[in-house]
Amino acid sequence: MIIKRMFDFPNYGWRSAFDDQERIRREMDRLFGQVAGQAYWPTHAGVFPLVNVTEDQDHFYIRSEIPGMKSEEISMSATGRNLSISGERKIASEGENVRYHRREREDGKFSRVIALPSDIEVGKIEAGYVDGILSIKIPKSEAAKPKQITVK
Amino acid sequence: MTETKELQAKGKVEVPASAEQIKPGPMFTPNVDIFETDKEIIMLADIPGVKAPDLTIDLRDDTLTLTGEVKPLNRPEEDDILIEYQFGRYYRQFTLAEVIDQGKIDAALNDGVLRLALPKLEKAMPRQITIKAG
Repeated sequence: MIIKRMFDFPNYGWRSAFDDQERIRREMDRLFGQVAGQAYWPTHAGVFPLVNVTEDQDHFYIRSEIPGMKSEEISMSATGRNLSISGERKIASEGENVRYHRREREDGKFSRVIALPSDIEVGKIEAGYVDGILSIKIPKSEAAKPKQITVK
Repeated sequence: MTETKELQAKGKVEVPASAEQIKPGPMFTPNVDIFETDKEIIMLADIPGVKAPDLTIDLRDDTLTLTGEVKPLNRPEEDDILIEYQFGRYYRQFTLAEVIDQGKIDAALNDGVLRLALPKLEKAMPRQITIKAG
């Protein structure tokens, strides 16, 4: 049984072979949340930007929606198993003579540290920014990769 | 002193279903800025993940409808570790009070932000009416 743990996230504890149950629980939360008119997806750490973290055998993938940035305005650094993302989202002024009907888009600074479940190859991280989505590909360190063992 | 505020994390807002959806998956309301000048109405919408061919802007009578399709970036062999946001379609509808010059609508999509310029139709020229004495 593989057990992963993320310490940083209060709403996110053990992951285990009970994944299916966890998925059902989340789905139920979502359904009841909709009925009660609550936020659709309440499980997040409350720090901008919201991220999705996935993995395959050799890599971690972090994706985040930060529309309206330039790639050079996002800075990232990695140490040990932590990756920090920071930057500032700017919304250009439209001049004095405009009258606003809606103003929902927000600007401001952000900074977030994401702790990954295992060690990473800090030197080989690749990041791209396309259509307002930041995608980061992080190789796992050799020690963290699963090894195939042949049975003789 | 100008202090920049910190961005707050906010979950996406799902569109309340007014009619039954045929396509599966959630649908979200994009955040927009709408402002007008004397000549045009400008709309900016945050629609991260939408590529230009997947975006539909429809202006019919005075109803403007935005629909954006998002294709998932995850490959099927990836396992989720932490999922904080969902992706899905974007949908939002507005009723415009002004008459828009439909032929001159301009839309640009850059880095997940749509900028839509809707020029107002020039008002009919005021006409002088001369009354002839019969």
